[in-house]
Amino acid sequence: MHAPLLLLGDEAVALGAVHAGISAAYGYPGTPSTEILEVLLRQAKESRSPHVSWTTNEKTALEQGLGTSVVGRRSLVTMKHVGLNVAADPFMSSALVSIHGGLVLVVADDPGMHSSQNEQDSRYFADFAGVPCLEPADAQQAYDMTREAFEISERFHQPVLIRIVTRVAHGKGLVKTAEALPEKPLQKAPAAAPWILIPSNARKQWGERLKNRPELRALMESHPVNELKLENTNRELGVITTGLALAYYRECQSELKRPVSHLHIGAYPFPEQKIRDLAATVKTLIVLEEGYPFVERFLRGVIPPNIEIVGKMSGSIPAQGELTPEIVRKTLGIPSMQGQKLPGGLKLPGRPPQLCPGCPHTDSFHSIKAALASFQPHLVTSDIGCYALGAMPEYNAIETCVCMGASIGMAKGAADAGLHPVVAVLGDSTFLHSGMTALLDAVASNTNMTVMILDNETVAMTGGQTTIVPSPRLKDVVLGLGVSPEHLHVVTTHRKFIEENAKLIRQEVEHPGISVIIAVRECVETAKKKKT
Amino acid sequence: MRRNSEEKENMKYDIVFAGVGGQGILSVAATIASAAISENLHVKQSEVHGMSQRGGAVTGTLRISDSEIHSPLVPLGTADLILSIEPLESLRYLEYLSPEGQLVTAIAPVQNIGTNYPLMEEVLTEIRRLPNSRQIDAERLAREAGSTRAANMVLVGASAAVLPLQPESLRNAVRKLFERKGSSIVEMNLKAFEAGRAAYAE
Repeated sequence: MHAPLLLLGDEAVALGAVHAGISAAYGYPGTPSTEILEVLLRQAKESRSPHVSWTTNEKTALEQGLGTSVVGRRSLVTMKHVGLNVAADPFMSSALVSIHGGLVLVVADDPGMHSSQNEQDSRYFADFAGVPCLEPADAQQAYDMTREAFEISERFHQPVLIRIVTRVAHGKGLVKTAEALPEKPLQKAPAAAPWILIPSNARKQWGERLKNRPELRALMESHPVNELKLENTNRELGVITTGLALAYYRECQSELKRPVSHLHIGAYPFPEQKIRDLAATVKTLIVLEEGYPFVERFLRGVIPPNIEIVGKMSGSIPAQGELTPEIVRKTLGIPSMQGQKLPGGLKLPGRPPQLCPGCPHTDSFHSIKAALASFQPHLVTSDIGCYALGAMPEYNAIETCVCMGASIGMAKGAADAGLHPVVAVLGDSTFLHSGMTALLDAVASNTNMTVMILDNETVAMTGGQTTIVPSPRLKDVVLGLGVSPEHLHVVTTHRKFIEENAKLIRQEVEHPGISVIIAVRECVETAKKKKT
Repeated sequence: MRRNSEEKENMKYDIVFAGVGGQGILSVAATIASAAISENLHVKQSEVHGMSQRGGAVTGTLRISDSEIHSPLVPLGTADLILSIEPLESLRYLEYLSPEGQLVTAIAPVQNIGTNYPLMEEVLTEIRRLPNSRQIDAERLAREAGSTRAANMVLVGASAAVLPLQPESLRNAVRKLFERKGSSIVEMNLKAFEAGRAAYAE
């Protein structure tokens, strides 16, 4: 037995995957999932195995994982919750093929939206696709469940989704590791038909999956993580926790006035019989879960109607944001402690995130604002990345931020509807992730709009990962999509060139058709890192 | 530290860290955590990465105990220590600090919020008026040790007196954190650590 290691949940997932003998790992950076692949990249650099790479987006990552599986090897695919929306197409259908080498998707949810545009709960996605889902409560479970997920994936021939949340991904705890397994041999899937989802095969595959459902349910019903503890002395109250909520519950369990029957759920499909067994002994059920009221919502179909359910849908627990120790204490009737207060009542100003001093985006925003000042009204659509901070006062430079790549599609829609001028502003990596296809639409109709690609030569927001296409080749990609060379410009964005670049933007805005300006300068953070 | 005289009570020490993105507060947490592990203590830690690190308020928690710890987050009113690398930020999480808890903070401000930043004297007065607080001129001490970048290790040194850990474990943790960068960087950070210890004792 090795000494326990202090690991982030993300690091524990990575190590669990390596110890499960993965041959490959793919992902697109996204908080709070990024560190998983970063750890694996370091590992791959030292030992040449597994094959690890950042991909263009989450969809291509998952498709590459499927390729690993069809030749009999194990792979890990990582993304943040909204990344699964991008990968939804391969994900929903990967539930039907006959997974050969284990395929595990780790999806990191961000309840409370520390660094995200929504707080969707990925357990719904697992349920939607009909694939097993494991939900670790801490780093140790993240390690153990990642290893186990590969076994389940190969046994049920389905991908397994591991749902982590911010406080698990970025929470550190001690992790005991077990013996590492070797890689699986390279061996093609025994039959091709289960991988060819033409309707006749797909119907058969879906039928198979539905037939295996009872066996999967039985596995989760008896899964040790789904632990039920009945307290016969208390016939009033029972508690259900899922995932991380277990930590907050355990924390204050000793302060409960009376012992309480408790069911924890960390493996889905959730154990219906255990829920019924718990419900049979109590009058009220408190449901503590991080994310949406996923289990709570399904409870009504499982337990008798006379049992009161206390949770997010009943209004007792806030439906929005993260669980906290205080919310759990209050729901369980345990008073919170009083902390200290500002002795003099000084009013503390907020300190929101902001663009770094010297950030190239700052200069780009000044150029855009100067260029568009004389055009009223105008629209500046933008996107997911550091430059979304251009929405903050001082700049007030952007007007939309919805999802990866949306700036270009939205700009086209606004231009089609008759607004002029419209400028779409997005980063180099976001453009490559999801902007290219929308630009193709704009090129096809020669839409009267201008796209500004702020090329800082890195994926900045998530800590400076390498962009899939190196900066000098970005121009060729845009040309390849059919933008005319006369209306494609590559400029340096800098304080010195604010007026000059503004003039160019004005000129291209006045051109009645699609134009693209790539404003280049390296991210100050990446540049700093290179120096040290 | 709730090391009660009653035998059954376990040792449990909760820290809330505060600072501004980029100041190195996560390294402070990592150093103390690594020292705690070397003493075979249980550790849970929570930090937030991503957008909030872009010059915004950054916080994290570290919990140390001789028995199992469940939650990575510290409940309100129970932290033993707020350890902050920026004076205004040190005041942001007071509701987590237990009535007997201590606040240790560096005093060099990060003025990236323009005129919204209160007068320095007002901030320092608030800190001074807390029941149990200590102000450390970490930036000056770090500069004297060799580089202002070692201000976070000054802070680790300043907290050594109140942490339930041996100073030698903390020194070893500092060594471990910087060993990849060579012996002169290690020495500089150890010097900063000692300067912090001495400043707290003053």
